[in-house]
Amino acid sequence: MESISHLLIVIAVLSGVTFLTRALPFMLLYKVAEHPTLVYLGRYLPPVLMVLLVLYTFKDVDFSGAGLAPELLGISLVTVLHLCFRQPLLSIVGGTALYMVLLQGGLLGG
Amino acid sequence: MHSETVNAVALRASLPVLFGYLPLGMAFGVLFSDLGYHWIFATLMGLFVYAGAGQFLAVGLLANHAALMEIAVTTFLLNSRHLFYGISLVGRLRNRSWRRIYQIFGLTDETYSLLTSTRLPEGLDEAAFQFRVTLFNQLYWVLGCTLGAWLGGQISFSTAGIEFVLPALFMVLVIEQYRHIRHPAPFVLAVVMGMLTLLLISRDQMLLISIALSLSALLLYKGGQRWNPYHTS
Repeated sequence: MESISHLLIVIAVLSGVTFLTRALPFMLLYKVAEHPTLVYLGRYLPPVLMVLLVLYTFKDVDFSGAGLAPELLGISLVTVLHLCFRQPLLSIVGGTALYMVLLQGGLLGG
Repeated sequence: MHSETVNAVALRASLPVLFGYLPLGMAFGVLFSDLGYHWIFATLMGLFVYAGAGQFLAVGLLANHAALMEIAVTTFLLNSRHLFYGISLVGRLRNRSWRRIYQIFGLTDETYSLLTSTRLPEGLDEAAFQFRVTLFNQLYWVLGCTLGAWLGGQISFSTAGIEFVLPALFMVLVIEQYRHIRHPAPFVLAVVMGMLTLLLISRDQMLLISIALSLSALLLYKGGQRWNPYHTS
């Protein structure tokens, strides 16, 4: 444990750097927000990022294993529930509940 | 006039984030409390840093007495995916002045996802919705950080796996995005790039690399043709 003043400086640096990564595009691209390329990216980048955030969940999953990963089953249930009922909370709670049962119960080891 | 409705809509939209941020924030708080600092500093980090992965990394860096420059550079690299969020939101933030700055400050993965994917009821004040979602999400996070650091090691995590609400939320938003866009190309592109990165390039850097690859592909496609069949305006 270091001094409180050092911790406060670290927090200030973290705060500044994190804000910078979020603010830079707004600072640099503000004047060209209506440019066709940015409009195009504004439309097609969100779905791409959303899919990648889902796939990121599988970062630590071993694909060569014999068993089905709880992550895969959880995401599948979310998908099925959402396609059938289109109730976001139902889909999310259902998929998460299945994932937690599989994870804690270890029903499908491997 | 609409403030009650806006609050209700923002609350409902952000509810999954509550269930994700509370346990994740608490996990951070518990880790942070091992460093020996007062819990109020975990609250401060939730308030002023407000970055999930960034704060977890910070605990490790603090424990290792990392130099300030090292802390700044690693945090910047870890958070650099946020650069891409801004690119697709530049023309879409509805607020001005300090509310706009706060929205940019609070642009986490989850807030970005809700802002770009939630279909709002007709006539709802979009600026108010955007601001409230950002604010509610951060409140959940600060609450989690504080509780975790305050309770420290007394917590036993029988709730293992509850953080799966976040990928579940992302999956729901993927489906909502598809209903909105009705074109498979960006989804197929992302799956291909994501799996390619995951299986062949790097697991730890998967998010950043696959985002960069996908963005390059989108730009190449756009640049490769004089007219754009997707162009809607």
